[in-house]
Amino acid sequence: MQGRRVVVTGLGIISALGNSVDEVWDNIVQCKSGIGPLDHSIYPLPIKINNVAQVKNYEPTAHFEKKDLDMLDRFAQYCLYAARQAVNQAGIAFTPELGARTAVITGTSIGGEFTHDKALSDLYLEKKGRAHPFTIPMIMPNAGASQVSMAYGLTGPAYTVSTACASSNHALGNAFWLVRNGICDVALTGGSETPLTFGYLKSWEAIRVVAPDTCRPFSKNRQGMILGEGGAMMVIETLESAKARGARILAEITGFGMTSDASHITKPSQTGAEHAMINALKDAGLQPSDIDYINAHGTGTMVNDSMEIAAIKNVFGDHARELSVSSTKSLHGHVLGGTSALEAVITTLAVMNDVLPPTANFQEHDPECDLDIVPNASRPKQIRHALSNSFAFGGLNAVVVFSKYKDS
Amino acid sequence: MQEIFEKVRAIIAEKKGVDPSSVLITDSFEDLNMDSLDSVELISELEDHFQVNIPNQELLQIKTVKEAVESLSKLVTKG
Repeated sequence: MQGRRVVVTGLGIISALGNSVDEVWDNIVQCKSGIGPLDHSIYPLPIKINNVAQVKNYEPTAHFEKKDLDMLDRFAQYCLYAARQAVNQAGIAFTPELGARTAVITGTSIGGEFTHDKALSDLYLEKKGRAHPFTIPMIMPNAGASQVSMAYGLTGPAYTVSTACASSNHALGNAFWLVRNGICDVALTGGSETPLTFGYLKSWEAIRVVAPDTCRPFSKNRQGMILGEGGAMMVIETLESAKARGARILAEITGFGMTSDASHITKPSQTGAEHAMINALKDAGLQPSDIDYINAHGTGTMVNDSMEIAAIKNVFGDHARELSVSSTKSLHGHVLGGTSALEAVITTLAVMNDVLPPTANFQEHDPECDLDIVPNASRPKQIRHALSNSFAFGGLNAVVVFSKYKDS
Repeated sequence: MQEIFEKVRAIIAEKKGVDPSSVLITDSFEDLNMDSLDSVELISELEDHFQVNIPNQELLQIKTVKEAVESLSKLVTKG
C-alpha cells in the first residue's frame, strides 16, 4: 500500500520483566522470566491460579502527584508511565501545532478494573450508599488515551480499541494507518492492562485456560496461559517528521492486517489467522520469504499454539522452516489487551538488535509445533522484517509488520 | 454412579433444550452438539453440585458423557 513511511522513534514499557526498555530487553536476551507466585493473601477467597506475571518495584507515588493519582486507575498509570519513556526517548517537544497533528490510540480489554472492583465491593459488601465520584472517569477504557492526550496537549484524534487480546495491535495498526494516510503526523500508541483483581482472576480461573505452573508455548506439555499486567507505548511518526527533528529511527512499521473469524467466540480459526498474516504482508508489499521472525500470539494453550503454527506453515510454505517464531508471553505473561503493545516494543528491539527473543520454559518437542521456536535462549539472527501476531477471543485477528529501517 | 449420570443428563438436557432421556451414557459431547465452552460450563456446574474440583488438565480430556460421569464418580466416592 502506498503512503507515507512510518517509523518508530520512542519506546516505553512497564511489565513483569522490568520498568524500562533496557531492563526488559536485558531480561529478554537473558531469557529471565517475570512469572512468579500470586500473593493470595490479598484476596478474600481462595483463587486456583498459582502464578502470574506481576509488575515489580513500582510505587505510584514515586511517579505521580497525589492529586493526579486520585484520578488514575492503575491501567491508566501504566499508559502514562510508558508514554513518558517513549516521548523522552523520541525527544519530541509537542507544540500546539504538532499536538493537533498527533493521535493517541490505545488498547485495553477491560479498562479500570481495580476501580471497578473497589466500587462494587464498596456497594455490595460494605453497603456504602454511594460510589466514589471519580469511578466513571477512572473505569472508562479510554482513560489511558485521554490521560496521555491531556499530559502532552495532544488535540488530534484519541481513542481506545477494545478487542480482547488483540486490542493493542488493533490500536497500533490504526495509529499506523492514520499516520501513513496523512490524517496525523505523529501518534502515541500502545496499551495496558491490569487484570490481577479478585473478580477478574476468578473469571479467568473459571474458563480453565490458565496453566497451573507456567506458560510453555509450543511445548508438548503446555497447560495454558499465565496472566500478566503491564503496559507499553511507542511514538510513531512519518519518516519526514523524524528526519526533520533529527530523531533516532528505531524501526519502521510497514504493514497491518486484520480479519475476524466469524465462527466461534473462543475457539480460534486457522483461516482467520492466516488471512490476517496475508493481509499484513500485502499491506507491507512484502513476500512471505521477506519475514525472518514472528512474535507469535503463542498463549501456551493447546488450541492456540498448534493452530498458529499450522497457519504459519500454510502462509509461509517452505519458508516457514527458515523463519523463527517465538512467544514472549512465556516471559512477560499474557497482558491481554496490553499484550501486543509489549510485544510490539519487543519486536521493534528484536529488529533493531538482530536478536531473536526466546520462548522460555520450553520442555518437550511437539510434532504439531515443529518450527524454530527459539527455545529457552535468545540468539543473534539478521531480522529484515518481523510480524507481531495477535488472535483474540471473539475471533478478532490483528498482525503488524515491523521492518529494519533503511534510508532508501 | 446413576445419580451422577442423572445429573449430567439433566444439565445437558436443560442447556440443549432436549429430553433428558435422549442423552445417553454412550454419547460424546460432539454427538450432543457441545463444544469446549459447553463442556467447561457443564463440568463447572457439576463441580458446584457435587462440591468437588476437577483439575484443568483432566477436564480437557473429558469428551464424553461416560468420561464425565467416571471422572466425577472418582472424586465423589473419595470425598
